[in-house]
Amino acid sequence: VENVRLLDRLSSRKAALGTLYLTATHVIFVENVSETRKETWVLHSQISSIEKQATTATGCPLLIRCKNFQVIQLVIPQERDCHDVYISLIRLARPVKYEELYCFSFNPKLDKEEREQGWKLVDLNEEYNRMGIPNNYWQISDVNRDYGVCDSYPTEIYVPKSATAHIIVGSSKFRSRRRFPALSYYCKDNNASICRSSQPLSGFSARCLEDEQMLQAIRKANPGSDFIYVVDTRPKLNAMANRAAGKGYENEDNYSNIKFQFIGIENIHVMRNSLQKMLEVCELKSPSMSDFLWGLENSGWLKHIKAIMDAGIFIAKAVAEEGVSVLVHCSDGWDRTAQVCSVASLLLDPYYRTMKGFMVLIEKDWVSFGHKFNHRYGNLDGDPKEISPVIDQFIECVWQLMEQFPCAFEFNERFLIHIQHHVYSCQFGNFLCNSQKERRELKIQERTYSLWAHLWKNRCDYLNPLYRSDHCQIQGTLRPQMAPCNFLYKFWSGMYNRFEKGLHPRQSVTDYLMAVKEETQQLEEELEVLGKRLVNLQKSQLNDNKVKSKQQDRSKQLGLSISNNSLANTPQEYSNDLKSFPSRSPSQGDEEDSALILTQDNLKSSDPDLSANSDQESGVEDLSCRSPSGGGCLPSEDSGKDSDEAVFLAV
Amino acid sequence: MLRSSQPLTGPNRKRCREDEMLLGTVLDEGERGFIIDTRSAQAAKQARMTGGGTEPKSSYPQWRRLHRPLERGRPLQESFIKLVEACNDTSINMDRWLSRLESCRWLSHVKAALSTACLAAQCMDREEASVLVHGAEGTDTTLLVTALAQVILDPSCRTLEGFQGLLEREWIEAGHPFHLRCARSAYSHARLKQEAPLFLLFLDCVWQLSRQFPFSLEFGECLLLTLFDNAYASAYGTFLCNNEKERRVGCLCKVRESTHSFWAWLNQPGEKKKYLNPLYSHNALVIWPSVEPQSIQLWQGLFFRWIRSSQYLDEAWAETQRLVEDN
Repeated sequence: VENVRLLDRLSSRKAALGTLYLTATHVIFVENVSETRKETWVLHSQISSIEKQATTATGCPLLIRCKNFQVIQLVIPQERDCHDVYISLIRLARPVKYEELYCFSFNPKLDKEEREQGWKLVDLNEEYNRMGIPNNYWQISDVNRDYGVCDSYPTEIYVPKSATAHIIVGSSKFRSRRRFPALSYYCKDNNASICRSSQPLSGFSARCLEDEQMLQAIRKANPGSDFIYVVDTRPKLNAMANRAAGKGYENEDNYSNIKFQFIGIENIHVMRNSLQKMLEVCELKSPSMSDFLWGLENSGWLKHIKAIMDAGIFIAKAVAEEGVSVLVHCSDGWDRTAQVCSVASLLLDPYYRTMKGFMVLIEKDWVSFGHKFNHRYGNLDGDPKEISPVIDQFIECVWQLMEQFPCAFEFNERFLIHIQHHVYSCQFGNFLCNSQKERRELKIQERTYSLWAHLWKNRCDYLNPLYRSDHCQIQGTLRPQMAPCNFLYKFWSGMYNRFEKGLHPRQSVTDYLMAVKEETQQLEEELEVLGKRLVNLQKSQLNDNKVKSKQQDRSKQLGLSISNNSLANTPQEYSNDLKSFPSRSPSQGDEEDSALILTQDNLKSSDPDLSANSDQESGVEDLSCRSPSGGGCLPSEDSGKDSDEAVFLAV
Repeated sequence: MLRSSQPLTGPNRKRCREDEMLLGTVLDEGERGFIIDTRSAQAAKQARMTGGGTEPKSSYPQWRRLHRPLERGRPLQESFIKLVEACNDTSINMDRWLSRLESCRWLSHVKAALSTACLAAQCMDREEASVLVHGAEGTDTTLLVTALAQVILDPSCRTLEGFQGLLEREWIEAGHPFHLRCARSAYSHARLKQEAPLFLLFLDCVWQLSRQFPFSLEFGECLLLTLFDNAYASAYGTFLCNNEKERRVGCLCKVRESTHSFWAWLNQPGEKKKYLNPLYSHNALVIWPSVEPQSIQLWQGLFFRWIRSSQYLDEAWAETQRLVEDN
């Protein structure tokens, strides 16, 4: 469709005029301006909702909201066309079959072997070995080899040595969805462990010998403690209500040597609404500080983030400081349980704070343990009540921790943002379906590519320059401050306002420091080489010349002068009303002050449009593209296009 | 950019030829200028009853008046006290924290100050027009706006040396009454009438700029914290008294003869290093901050300074310095 306008929500700049394309996998807007021909690509999988707004004199507005928080406002001249686009997008954004998803057509031009290698990058067996298993207390069990015991669990599951197959099967029958207690994390220093399950089907008074034995087995696997914690991550009221439905929670009287604890984290419906409310605040036009803070508090979002974090801290403390094992569950053991176990693991074990370790963590607690990616993130069209930002919350917990402990993580904010992006993008096969069983049935590993391999290949973009593995902040358990610490939880504008360039610093400190680090390293290597050559005095004459010219080239490439261009930005509107500045002579003016609006029309456009700017001087790649705010730039993705060609910019 | 205090038009709309001529000399034939009045239109009008007022259009035809009310005085001090109380309150739950923060209004004041300074900067940089800033007395919000506007506009004010010059010029010499304004701070029960944290508000705004433009200021948060400390209690005489007259003539002790200069101490090579920003790179352009609520953050380094450990953030800063120095 031609002559479509793409509006910029924040700035008063005129809308971009261009052409809208719909393909099998993307919506693409290409600007008419011939020099830049800026492109905006949106995957259908990313589309969360489409809103057709009332037709105005200028055309028919169409608002596309994405799961990665991009909001695109288009104005289509003809009502007919707008309607067609609307209907098409509705269908395209709600696939019915897995085969419709992008991952089945995405072709990064790797051969079969490379694809396989990509999938092997993260190996959970290796991970449990790293933890020290199998050992005297824990072993792998194949009781679920054909998914016969629990179809949402993996085939390879880790259980206490003293838990026989009979006990496991018996316990699974007493657990919601048959998700029996299994190992998530083992601390070899003190034998304490984190186990996870779903709620017991205890009702008001039911008991199950095997389930009680299962918990005892977990306790016995830790000789350093004579009890275990059982943590129910639901609010007490919800858990109690479940009893009426024949489910519930563990009664301390029935289970010997457990200490039971509620840590109230709300359910998926509350979280879905909370996110919705927060996004509404983000969409406010020029909100006051008041509007924003009230809106944010009203959404409850940060409160929920803190609740998840507090639960993780409680469990990490139990394991690290008390040396006590913990069994965690919620209702079905695949949402809050996953969040809380992975936060706790991250706090406890520095390995999970490395890039590889983090991938392993997600693979372990989310992918293998049957988190319902399809239902939660809407791979396919399904029940809207199943949708909930569960992994988003976990990812945000990690970001909040990164803000508190800037040296402790090997990866940076961009890593988290890209992972979140790909949970919804369906460009890779890692986060499809609801369980390992479903993924194997669909032969995902043979038909799609692994995100981990892709991120690993580009790991230079995701490193945290402040991370040093020998730094004390990195080693051991992270101990976030408990109370008072409400203020430590910040609004993550890098994620929720990702595509609003005006809100973010123009240049990324992370990228700059990475470039500095790399240059230092290269210079040090060069220094070594030069040192060696100086030793060899006989050839020095010839070599000096060669070395000098090489040096010159390199210093030109690596010049880290931050081009002044890349720091310029343009003012936003600093006044409230939208009346334009009157051009009549001042003497005709009235006493009253009509708000001064310095619209783009009467401003000199002296600052270059930096969105497509390439930093010509430095050999470091286009920094504006890399900045977290440059949002849509995910090189070599989204199409077979060469990553250097299109600067993917949203809005 | 000019600053002054309010014109004394009074209820009878007095005129003053000299004042009109003075402002007239600033503008060329046909040029226009802007007057940014840091009081609301209503407050400015009411000021007439007590002898003050605004510049009437008819007498200053080339000047366009804009009102941008900024908080000052007692209400600003209350805002500060409430914020500090909220930060120290260990009993607040997460579901009440943000509304409590909001009720202090401090961040709204930061937003308003930055917006007004940006407006002044826009008038000069974009409209290429001269600007006159005044409130009532010309010693509080006026200085906040002119000083902040210069940090935004002028790269030389963003160097360590330039910033010191800015403070000396726009705050100390311009007559901000430090002695009255920075008397007891937020914990005191004294509730002095003349006390108000305008200077702190200025430092907070500069901190916001440093966060949004991490490469553009030659100094770091450390300097801002030290300035905050010294404005209230100092081993040096720089921030003493209320104006130059008091410092030179009025004060019992002659400040220059009997005290040491804060700047002298700050500029010793050993000290100076601590205050420099390792990421600094000269930026010749104007820096336009975002004043959206998401972009304005609570200055944790100041308000939580004694409440939570800054160990991890300090380590990060040290690592940043090390990376740059190694290079």
